Amino acid sequence: MHPITVTVNGKPHELTVEARRTLADMLRHDLGYTGTHLGCEHGICGACTVLLDGVPVRACLVFGVQADGAQVRTVEGLAGENDELSDLQQAFSDHHALQCGFCTPGFLMLAEAYLAEPAARTMTETEARELTASNLCRCTGYQGIVDAILATAEERARNRGRERT
Amino acid sequence: MIGASLPRKEDPRLLRGRGCFGDDVDADGQLYARIVRSPVAHGRITTIDTKNAARASGITTIVTAEDLPAIDRIPVRLRVEGPDLTGYLQPVLAADIVRYAGEPLAVVVGEDPYVCEDAADELDVDIDELPAALDAAEAPQAAELTRAYGDPDTAIRQAAHVTEITVSIGRHSGVPLEPRCLLAIPAGGDLHIYGMTKVPVYNRDLLASMLNVDQHSIHVHPVDAGGGFGIRGEFYPEDFLIPWLAMTLNRPVKWTEDRAENLVAANHSRQQRHTVRAAFDEHGHLTALTDDVIQDNGAYCRTHGIAVAELTIAMLPGPYRIPAYRGHASIRLTNKTPCGTYRAPGRYEGTTAREHLMDVAADQLGIDRVELRRRNLLTKADMPHRRAISTLGTDLVLDAGDYPALLDAAVREAGRLGYRAPAGDAKTRHGFGLAMFVEKSGLGPRETADVTITDAGHVVISAGGTTLGQGIETVLAQIAADALGTPAENITVITGDTDKQPFGTGSWASRSTVVGGSAVHEAALAVRQEALNHAAKALEAAEHDLELVDGEVVVRGDPAVSVSLAEIARTAQGSLSARRTFEVDHMTYPYGVHAAVVSVDEDTGAVTVLRYLVAYEVGRAVNPMLVEGQLRGGVAQGIGGALLEEFGYDADGQPQSVSFLDYRMPTAAEIPRIDVLLTQEHPSPGNPLGVMGAGEGGINAVGAAIANAVRDALGRPGPIASLPLTPATIRNRP
Repeated sequence: MHPITVTVNGKPHELTVEARRTLADMLRHDLGYTGTHLGCEHGICGACTVLLDGVPVRACLVFGVQADGAQVRTVEGLAGENDELSDLQQAFSDHHALQCGFCTPGFLMLAEAYLAEPAARTMTETEARELTASNLCRCTGYQGIVDAILATAEERARNRGRERT
Repeated sequence: MIGASLPRKEDPRLLRGRGCFGDDVDADGQLYARIVRSPVAHGRITTIDTKNAARASGITTIVTAEDLPAIDRIPVRLRVEGPDLTGYLQPVLAADIVRYAGEPLAVVVGEDPYVCEDAADELDVDIDELPAALDAAEAPQAAELTRAYGDPDTAIRQAAHVTEITVSIGRHSGVPLEPRCLLAIPAGGDLHIYGMTKVPVYNRDLLASMLNVDQHSIHVHPVDAGGGFGIRGEFYPEDFLIPWLAMTLNRPVKWTEDRAENLVAANHSRQQRHTVRAAFDEHGHLTALTDDVIQDNGAYCRTHGIAVAELTIAMLPGPYRIPAYRGHASIRLTNKTPCGTYRAPGRYEGTTAREHLMDVAADQLGIDRVELRRRNLLTKADMPHRRAISTLGTDLVLDAGDYPALLDAAVREAGRLGYRAPAGDAKTRHGFGLAMFVEKSGLGPRETADVTITDAGHVVISAGGTTLGQGIETVLAQIAADALGTPAENITVITGDTDKQPFGTGSWASRSTVVGGSAVHEAALAVRQEALNHAAKALEAAEHDLELVDGEVVVRGDPAVSVSLAEIARTAQGSLSARRTFEVDHMTYPYGVHAAVVSVDEDTGAVTVLRYLVAYEVGRAVNPMLVEGQLRGGVAQGIGGALLEEFGYDADGQPQSVSFLDYRMPTAAEIPRIDVLLTQEHPSPGNPLGVMGAGEGGINAVGAAIANAVRDALGRPGPIASLPLTPATIRNRP
């Protein structure tokens, strides 16, 4: 068993974990962040995607001990201070980008990381689709997800433009 | 409210990571279960030695078939009259013979899921292997079924032209993204269960009878479900084992399936071979249709029995006028995972066979493919059209519609959107494919709903369906909002709770909006009437002068004179409530047209879907955004089954698709933007809302449209032989 400290959505946690315990199980069952979902536990579906020091990772392929000293961001950390949905979350609802919602946290975290990159400012539909192809969704046919990510990228680019002028 | 694309009530919790999926729930002091599964496809169990494994630290118990009480095998839920399937049902744990790799043999229970998995590996299992039956054509038959009318043999003999093709549909399934899970909590002699969905009341009652306890001592609690698609929520061996262990050990027991288990344990579906024949007169009119289906049902008959085979041959005639018909299905048992329903069961398969046949026949007859269909479609004047066939215990009566009009509209829309197959180059060929189908929905016999206005004026619906991702909470709230003049956001919808709605029939067969929605509609109207009665007295006004606006009953033309629903509920002893059961004898039959444009790389055999159109008549869309979402999602799954997904087995019956690397579901890279032409021109006469189901129309004809487009691209006179159309199958064809 290994003592670690990890900050999740800005909140520090100290805990002791077995070396083999996955970050996903640690988040879900030791720390209660059940918004991170496990769809395959072998790194394909991406439902468990979280941000580890800002970088999207499959939480099923990372051990909890590897997050020692790290900042983790999960879906629970996306909403604003008054619990209002972020622009990305709102876009997912507006574009009907979710049905059962099981894969949704993974897509949200994946997109959240990509949207923070400079390349996202000029995101095309092809790029949004390539990004979306990282994860699996079994309900939507992906169209709403692609549209929601693209719409958020465009809106953020517009806002950035407005701030500059 | 009905007809508005309102945002979903489900979204806020799901987007914040606050959904409540099965594995999200924990109980104090819970134990964990791990199922030990057969490593071989067929064999005689000689020993299962649990001693070593049971000694491990943290292991509470290990149970095998010997430890079980005397219980029956898991019965069929969807019974089809005729064949007796008793001998083919699945036991909860194999006792002497194992019949597929993945069959449950034992359960390890312990304090930690990782430790349970370790111990499961230590179990000493000896099985004398027996030869595995893997080819349905050579495998023993569990049952056979015929649906027929007229004299197809004579018609075929006398026909001007007969076309016959054989098409195989691969073994694939719903594969919801959330694996199954169950948590059973014993408390004060009762049992609380999290994780059941789809048919929670049926499952509760079956579990009660297997455990020999009172139905009302079992409480199934609602959960979010990570996709259903027919396979989640049926009663599997684990649905007995986990509650039984919790009761026996008097501790909460939790089981969460991993993906490798899910791909061998949860229902497979689809695998059928069709030999389908059509007879035409000299004008290209169909005179007869026959189909001989061999279905690979896997090792056992599960809860769906032979319903998939029945649906296949009952729905095969589709939208056409067919004077004589015979569908015959032979259900074979192989040493593979047992099969059940998957979204549009029997129709994905049958539509592929029939619509591919229509294309091959059109080319042989020298008639345009669309024109051959148009010439044979039932028309508006034929409605309602009774076929001398029954399915799922109901007579098949096509209730409403104008099939030729939708076909023409779809062709126009495809033209407008530029769907003509673009010219290929030296190595890439393009093709256009179209398919037409009739879907079924709204299976009865009944659904129950309770609508209550609380003393705070809040509206609560206790519905008989379950949340599976389809948006049932939003749809039912919109239906009640319409009747009660209350915003949908002020309505709470409870689903999947056997205490709150003990008469629920569940969410499957595209029935929840049609049957469940109608029950909500009637209950809401009854509550409305009661509210008006009270308000008329309170306001000293005539009932017909009153209307409901935003949670208030107001006098028409004098909105200052009003009484709120909350006040009415308080004077009516705390609440206004009505329970209504909507009963229906017949299903309602939506219909549609699919069109696809594909490219085929002749060197690699890779097929790319470039464009896809669904035209669909839904009677009336309660929430068009959700209907379109259902259609698009269905198309994506259908493309998976047409091009990518297949449960493979090696020569010994070892499953070859036990991860998402090998079971290849489509990603966003394989699914194009999907065009939808949603029509609401022919309301169903069979329910007060006029609605038809939307859950399965998106997937129904995808195999057919893709097969037709690929055949068109390759310019082959004969049929494509089988789905999925993997690169290898295309390269290897002459």
